[in-house]
Amino acid sequence: MIPFDYHRATDVAGAVATADAREAVFLAGGTNLVDRMKLGVTSPDVVVDIGGLALDGVEELPDGGLRIGATARNSDLAAHPVVLRDYPVLARALLSGASGQLRNLATTGGNLLQRTRCSYFQDVSTPCNKREPGTGCSAIGGYNRQHAVLGASEQCVATHPSDMAVAMAALDARVVVRGPAGERVVPLVDLHRLPGDEPDRDTVLTRADLITAVDLPPLPDGTRSLYRKVRDRASFAFALVSVAVVLRVDGGVVRDVRVALGGVAHKPWRARRAEEVLLGSPAEEEVFRRAADAELAAARPLPDNGFKVPLVRNTLVSALRDLSLGER
Amino acid sequence: MDGDVELDVDGRSRTLRVDSRTTLLDALREGLGVTSVKKGCDHGQCGSCTVLLGGRRVVTCLTFAIAHDGATVTTAEGLGAGGRPHPVQEAFVERDAFQCGFCTPGQVCSAVGMLAEARDGRPSAVTDDLTGPVELSDDEVRERMSGNLCRCGAYGNIVDAIQDVAR
Repeated sequence: MIPFDYHRATDVAGAVATADAREAVFLAGGTNLVDRMKLGVTSPDVVVDIGGLALDGVEELPDGGLRIGATARNSDLAAHPVVLRDYPVLARALLSGASGQLRNLATTGGNLLQRTRCSYFQDVSTPCNKREPGTGCSAIGGYNRQHAVLGASEQCVATHPSDMAVAMAALDARVVVRGPAGERVVPLVDLHRLPGDEPDRDTVLTRADLITAVDLPPLPDGTRSLYRKVRDRASFAFALVSVAVVLRVDGGVVRDVRVALGGVAHKPWRARRAEEVLLGSPAEEEVFRRAADAELAAARPLPDNGFKVPLVRNTLVSALRDLSLGER
Repeated sequence: MDGDVELDVDGRSRTLRVDSRTTLLDALREGLGVTSVKKGCDHGQCGSCTVLLGGRRVVTCLTFAIAHDGATVTTAEGLGAGGRPHPVQEAFVERDAFQCGFCTPGQVCSAVGMLAEARDGRPSAVTDDLTGPVELSDDEVRERMSGNLCRCGAYGNIVDAIQDVAR
């Protein structure tokens, strides 16, 4: 590992200023960052530890929503009574990620900013446009079973690995960011980028932008939500495909629906085309199938991951069916 | 850069100087000689390096020691009390819940942390009712222990050992 300076931040402004002045990374739980530093994928001059900034609270907002501190642990958030009661999609997503030991370290902000587990990105001996722009993509023409089927580019076909972020995309979460110019709010669905011709940029944030919180808006009464994850083994594995659905059905008609997909794109994929088909339509299987097909019309599978297209379709249809039938 | 770190390890106050790159795992093993904490994969995937950090189970390979000044660490060596092993350790012996033993200190620490989480009513990915009471079925134990690998394949007896303590 390349030597680095360790700086323990004592306030948010100081953390941002330190990161603005030097080639820095923020350290929270460290479960992905430390691994990348061991692998040589990330080599900062200074590590700014934000663990002492008291950003780990989870509190109810006056509008009925929830503010989640950036360093709230994944395990604590998944066990929070309001999350368990009102946002089961988020609790399920968190609990389906990583292992008990990792969830006790991993944080909200760190989970959002974890990087792809594309094996070529993590192997410094292979070309990778995300790690070293301009060197090429080893996954295109290589082993690409885990990779993207939606929104990829000629430069990069990596997927975002988070479960939590997929649930938050379906919940219309807002990310509170403190940067050198002050505070701003970024809709979670706009936080992560598609790769385009700059696959090295995962998000719209710059180096000194510090996520301080994630806000969840309240959900209308009668809303149900669900997270369904499909993976190669029963536990402790990244998603091949995952589906987050937030749904309100009244009188047999879909009154409110938000769908996000994981494991299929460079970012948590908000399925707007599927939502357009569903909204105002009867909550029936034929509609669910049309919605899934509408979203997947844009899918461009790679040689090894064509199975993801029917897997998304079937997972989404079953999730919509179970939710509309009243199963969580 | 170097920094001084004070840790409470298994009830003893220990101070050491670490390079910023030193993981908590390497600080415990190489710096303090606490070799019950095992280095398996060194990438957070096997669970061999699990300890209780401030009472919660964590892997020590993915966290820098320099970030834990003042922390309390309990390893498998420090779980017992009054000259006796911890009940989970006794159950592992009774149930023959290991073969080579390399993963065992991490398994034991993880089990102790996991049982506390379940007692606190925290659900897992296989809990049907997120807001109901937690009942530790064998499936629950397997899911909650999925961060600890055993290449000898002692899983069946590990589940039995943990269930002996849970019941």
